[in-house]
Amino acid sequence: MTIEVRNLIKKFGSFAALDGVDLKVDNGELLALLGPSGSGKTTLLRIIAGLDWPDSGDVSFNGEDALAQGARERHVGFVFQHYALFRHMTVFENVAFGLRVQPRAVRKDEATIRARVKELLDLVQLDWLADRYPSQLSGGQRQRIALARALAIEPRILLLDEPFGALDAKVRKELRRWLRSLHHEINVTSIFVTHDQEEALEVANRVVVMDKGRIEQIGSPDDVYESPASAFVHGFIGESIELPVQVDGGVVRLGDRQLPLAADGLVPGASKLFVRRHDMLVGPPGSGAFEGAVQHVRNFGPVQRAEVALSGGETIEIDAPRDRELRAGDTIGLEPRRYRIFAG
Amino acid sequence: MGLTLSWLSVIILIPLAGLFLKSFELSPEQFWAILASRRTLNALRVSFGLAFAAACVNLVMGSIIVWALVRYRFPGRRLFDAIVDVPFALPTAVAGVALTALFAEKGWLGAPLAALGIKVAFTPVGIFVAMIFIGIPFVVRTVQPVLQDLDPEIEEAAGSLGASRWQTIIRVILPSLAPALLTGLALAFARAVGEYGSVIFIAGNLPNVSEIAPLLIVIRLSEFRYADATAIAVVMLVVSFLIIFAVNRLQRWAQSRIPAR
Repeated sequence: MTIEVRNLIKKFGSFAALDGVDLKVDNGELLALLGPSGSGKTTLLRIIAGLDWPDSGDVSFNGEDALAQGARERHVGFVFQHYALFRHMTVFENVAFGLRVQPRAVRKDEATIRARVKELLDLVQLDWLADRYPSQLSGGQRQRIALARALAIEPRILLLDEPFGALDAKVRKELRRWLRSLHHEINVTSIFVTHDQEEALEVANRVVVMDKGRIEQIGSPDDVYESPASAFVHGFIGESIELPVQVDGGVVRLGDRQLPLAADGLVPGASKLFVRRHDMLVGPPGSGAFEGAVQHVRNFGPVQRAEVALSGGETIEIDAPRDRELRAGDTIGLEPRRYRIFAG
Repeated sequence: MGLTLSWLSVIILIPLAGLFLKSFELSPEQFWAILASRRTLNALRVSFGLAFAAACVNLVMGSIIVWALVRYRFPGRRLFDAIVDVPFALPTAVAGVALTALFAEKGWLGAPLAALGIKVAFTPVGIFVAMIFIGIPFVVRTVQPVLQDLDPEIEEAAGSLGASRWQTIIRVILPSLAPALLTGLALAFARAVGEYGSVIFIAGNLPNVSEIAPLLIVIRLSEFRYADATAIAVVMLVVSFLIIFAVNRLQRWAQSRIPAR
């Protein structure tokens, strides 16, 4: 199933949750919608599911208009952040729900339903919990049951709203890997919403980065990390050093110092220089584009994280390999191996 | 622990035991004769029958009121929410006088109803109306917190799984509310059975027609027929006890399935 979204606009009062969103999702993709809270990612997901309606714009599934249908007709599996399991039903009945409410003409007989539910519980590896109630399960188990319930109707599309948002860090990591392999197995077009960049980069085939109701960038996890399309994406994904610079006459200035950085093709005016922490190479004083004094050093496994006060007064954090020990008080030169400058 | 038990004994158990002891002054034959008399049976029938009917009406109307109060935002919502408690707070005699004035043949509602040939005040219908009035907060206040706790997301989940609105209500919402609804029903019923103050003003109190059991007890007492009064009281007590017992069981059953979060 392919999904196409065109020029979607949705306002809540004067707040534009979606401000002209265009998106194409290919068949069998596992797509992440990544952005800070309020970026419109959940609203977009709910509109695709039919739980919300846009003020204007189009949504189509395989070329047919989806907005003409309600949530019930769209045949979309939706997994909620807080599971939304039916508390008064056993795990088995929760998963069977979608099969039991089908119109009588297409409803399966009881034996088929039971077999299908069993199969789904096996798929999420929780068949031994069939007779429990949701309140007797852990968060991770509940979310897997919610997923099995959504899959029971053989959805054309699977949508997951912050599926791991309410779980603790360890369970999240397990479920991430599990979701990726599950997707590999069932191969249904899936979109999941997250504000956790690590989750998006680890699980998805493609990542859509959103901010303030707009899409900032669409690309593979490598693309959005290695070649961010905007200042927002660079700042949001991965840990970056951000310095306010001035571009004019083909030179880049930080404060009143001219930096030996190429300024070809840049728009003159106030800009931002972004460098990944690990792309700042340490050298002897006088080498490189910057010079600074080491303030603090902390060790994180293979890297040392140093807080450096630049000669212009700005403080930055860099990640350097451990082969050359840094100490507080050292004066060092810094050269950005890679950097990007964005206007604004 | 000791204090709780002593207090409960003094306040509740001893008077109840006294009631039972008093009724033992009667021989079983006398006891049955009192209960089987036409006037007693009719009084009990009026009390329990109308109380049950009123509780059922309260169940339906109370559910609708709760739904509106919890799920919709409308001007005056908080005021309506407070008004629900009025029957709780109002002295029952005041309620009785107010209802009687309203439904009397010259009253605001009584006059148009009388024009339609419907007589409310001084008939069993009046008792029914008074019982609805005093029972409504029980249903609303029992169901309200449970509905507030019920995540609207489960309705969306049901919808996206293909359930129609009707299937969502029948299979998801009502079962989630069922324990609270039944508890509310039982409480409204128990209250209506025991109601005295508001009913006697509007009932007309015709023996065998619109005479409620609590009133009959008062009448017997004023006639110094204490044993008769106690016999009727014991029946009411046993029924009330059964209701409370049922409510307890319902709550325990509900909690075993849906533990408090």
